[in-house]
Parts: sequence; C-alpha cells; structure tokens
Amino acid sequence: MGMTMTQKILADHAGLDKVTAGQLIKARLDMVLGNDITTPVAVDEFKKIGADRVFDVNKIAIVPDHFTPNKDIKSAQQVKYIREFAKQMGIVNFFEVGQMGVEHALLPEKGLVVCGDVVIGADSHTCTYGALGAFSTGVGSTDMAAGMATGEAWFKVPEAMKFVLKGKPGPWVTGKDIILHIIGKIGVDGALYKSMEFTGDGLKWLSMDDRFTIANMAIEAGAKNGIFEVDEKTIEYVKEHSQREYRVFKADEDAEYTDVYEIDLSEVKLTVAFPHLPENTKTIDEIGDIKIDQVVIGSCTNGRIEDMRMAAKVLKGRKVHPDVRCIIIPATQKVWKQAMDEGLFSIFIEAGAAVSTPTCGPCLGGHMGILAQGERAVSTTNRNFVGRMGHPESEIYLASPAVAAASAVAGKIASPDSL
Amino acid sequence: MNVKGKVIKYGDNVDTDVIIPARYLNTSDPAELARHCMEDLDKTFVSRVNKGDILVAGKNFGCGSSREHAPIAIKASGISCVIAETFARIFFRNAINIGLPILECPEAARDISEGDEVSVDFTTGVITNITKGKQYTAAPFPEFMQEIIAAGGLVGYIRKQLA
Repeated sequence: MGMTMTQKILADHAGLDKVTAGQLIKARLDMVLGNDITTPVAVDEFKKIGADRVFDVNKIAIVPDHFTPNKDIKSAQQVKYIREFAKQMGIVNFFEVGQMGVEHALLPEKGLVVCGDVVIGADSHTCTYGALGAFSTGVGSTDMAAGMATGEAWFKVPEAMKFVLKGKPGPWVTGKDIILHIIGKIGVDGALYKSMEFTGDGLKWLSMDDRFTIANMAIEAGAKNGIFEVDEKTIEYVKEHSQREYRVFKADEDAEYTDVYEIDLSEVKLTVAFPHLPENTKTIDEIGDIKIDQVVIGSCTNGRIEDMRMAAKVLKGRKVHPDVRCIIIPATQKVWKQAMDEGLFSIFIEAGAAVSTPTCGPCLGGHMGILAQGERAVSTTNRNFVGRMGHPESEIYLASPAVAAASAVAGKIASPDSL
Repeated sequence: MNVKGKVIKYGDNVDTDVIIPARYLNTSDPAELARHCMEDLDKTFVSRVNKGDILVAGKNFGCGSSREHAPIAIKASGISCVIAETFARIFFRNAINIGLPILECPEAARDISEGDEVSVDFTTGVITNITKGKQYTAAPFPEFMQEIIAAGGLVGYIRKQLA
C-alpha cells in the first residue's frame, strides 16, 4: 500500500522509508510557531524543561498578533515576556508591531514555509501552510516548548480523506465558499484526526489565496492537517517568496484514503455558516432576511490581498448601510501597503468602512470590534462559536469577503448580485 | 491511578472558546483561568464543581482553538478526568501533555448521566458507574503516551530524555 502526501512528508522527516496510518513517530521540525497567547505558556514550559537554548534560532517564529497592538496591560505584559525570551534566545523571526501580521498570512509571505516542510504551531490554524504542500498542524504550548527545545515533535501518522476538485468556480465563488461547502457536507468532526488532501483538475482555478483559505479551515472539520497537491502556482509562489530549498511530495497512486469526495466547483454556491458551528451552512439563496450590526473582513482566513480586492470590488461606489459597522483588517503590513497602493483604501473609506492595522483582534473576541448582547456579525473569519466575537448572546455568520462586503451595504446578509 | 467523583455532563462539540473564552487569555494563571471555566456554556459550573468531579461529554470535545489554557482551566477547576465520545485532536494532545487525564469511551459517554457517581481506573481503562451499577472499558493509551502520562506530562518526559 502506498503513502499519502502527508505520510510521505512525515516518513521523510522521521528518517523512515515508510510509515502507516496509526504509527507513532518522531519527526524533525522545519518551523515552530507561536503567538502572543500561546507563547507565554510555552516559555514557562521551556524553562521547566531546563533547556538553555533553542534548537535553531532560524526555525522558530514568534508572532504577537492576537491582542496586539497590546489591548491592555496584561496583554502588554505577555508580549513583553515573550519579546525578552526571543531576545535572550536570539530568535531571528520575532515580528514586532510594524513588521508583524496575522501569523498564517505572514509566514508564507516571509518565505518561512515551503513545500515539503513539517511545521508545528501553537495556534490551531497552523494548518494553513498545507496550501504550500507542507505538513503543518496546530499544537499546544507544551508541544511548542518541546519543539523549541528539541527540534522534534511526536505524531500519530494520520489517515487521509481525499477531495478531488473538478470544474471552474462560478462568479464570486472563492476558497471560502468551497471550504464552507465541504465542512457543511462532512461536519465539524468529519475529518477528525485525519488529513484532508486536495487534488484534481479544479486546482488550476484556485489561486494561492483561495488555497490558503481552504487549508486554513481544515481544522474546522477537525482535521489534523489540510494539504494541497503542489502545482506550478505553488512553485511560483514559493520561488517568489523564499530562497529556501523546497521539496515536492506526491501521493502514491495506491495510497489509501478513508473517503474520497468529488467536489464540482462549478456547483458550489456562495455559502454562509450560521451560528454557532461552521457546519451550519446555507447557500445564499436559502437565507431569508437576516439583519446585521457588524461586518469584519480580515483574519488568517481572509485577510490577504485578493480578499481586499474582492471587498473593494463590491464596495466601490457604494455605501455601508447606516446600521452597520464595517471593519476591514488587512492581514499583514505587505497586504496593507499593497491595498493602499492599489487605491483600495479610498474605496473602503469612501464607502464608510474602517481600516485597521493588522491584528487577529475581533476574530477571537479580543479587541477592535467586539459584539454586544444580541448583535449579529457577518465575518470572513473561521469560527462562529458561542461568544467567539464578544457577548455570549451575539451571533456570527461566516462568509466570504464578497458576501461580507455585500452584507455591509445591504444591512442584511446578501449576495453581491443582489445589490 | 484511580479517581472517583460526581459527573458533570455536557453535549457534543464543546469548543475551547466556551471552555475558556478568549477575553480571559491575557493571563495564563491556572487559578484565574479556572474562575471562568465553562462560563459561556454553563454559568453554574464554577460554583458547583467540586474537587475530583468527572466531566463527561459527547463528540468532538475541545474543538477549536489550540489554547492549552482550556485543559489547564479544567484541571485547575478540580476536574479529575474527562470522558468523551471523541476529543478534538489538539485538545487531546494538550490534555496528555499537561497531565489532565482523559478517556475516549463512546459507550460510557452516552450512558453516564449528570450527577452519577463514577470511578475510573487508568491502568485498566475500566470506568465504573457506581450509581447505575455498570462498567465500561476505554481503549488503553499506546505505550508511548503512557510514558508521557507517567512522567506527569510532556515536560517531564522530555526532561528525562535530555537528562
């Protein structure tokens, strides 16, 4: 029996010729990531381990992005603690306000992850880098600490589900609609403990930004990782962003999959996930009148340049509804500058939207757009759990940047075609 | 190792945002986190949980964020063990790594009711429902994970390796 893409990468990094699903292995790490919430705990654990240095000063990235620019004194203390640790250890990739961005948009952009890598991050959306054909997965702070000390992590080799993408997506349909459609189909634990491998002819219609969005939400189906077959677009992206050597791993023809789904992208409609689980999806034509109070466009899921362009395309020459606050958050400084240079900010500001500095902010109810009791938001983020964006009696509807922007104008959940 | 306690029971897909809301993540102090454990799901949890109580839940317990603050908050609240039909994988890893005992046992998770008196034997994986007079068996951990658990978590395990 052959190996899946994920199994091949793991076998390689464990120094084994072959691995099988269920096998426990120790793998060599190419990158260990943490943010301002998870790294303080990791630093405490690192100290308990008794290590006096990190395994490789170039292979650790610390990105204070969740509560930054520091929202309160406690958050500032946490960032101060990890900043001092990074300095003391000589960690090269510590990204301060001014350089930082939302971690999972930042790392690929900085060329810190390439095809064939094994990455762990103390953030559940670390699975994003699967878009680059890397194995990357979210872990907790203790795993991050152990990874920083030893350069290794233990894994149970996952089984895999295969998603064969076919056809060309329709107008306005993006990676967000595709992944919400898939999660609606398989459920929030549909890929529990497994890899989601994306392949098929339809890949050629998906930009790298679409792929980052799809891989990013693999965790929302419970997956260990999401991973895309590497093609010319991946190679082009990696070469443009990184000097590092990359390696392409392809699944064997006889690799075993627990499930194979064929997804016809031409049939995927604009999709919205209703409260309070990402699996509660409805297509745009099934949604009645749902009035909203806030729109958030940004995050590690949808804060990249194409997302900004999509929002601008919808908002151009239009006005945000008087009952709605529309908050747009480019995910990194580079996306920010690019959006500014392309004139997108003029469109946003003329429409009555606010543009924020990069931060995870409202996505996890941190700051920069918290919801009050009973309020509803359409958000391009990844989770609509109870209380995720603020008051436990607020509601989040997950959607693409196009639907979010259209909803901001309409004052209710809306398709861009309805404006 | 054995534990015995009264059961507090929840349903499917209990996510880490309700286990410990992000608004409290500007600290990692276990006692402070415990004061807000389960707050957005069950406001009564903190006042009614007693040391040694056992948490029982349905499918996909601990889904969502990778915050280790979630198992830390549960452990610090006094919960001695979590039994669920299934666990989300990062929560599973984190619980093992910080030394919060967890058991995956669909039969027990479905059959045990709120308020039942339950005891757990971690070496055999046998869960005894004293109230209902029933027994269930959870699959034992692989040897490698038992070593981590025996070392009190991943830090203890790595320390041993580096020594």
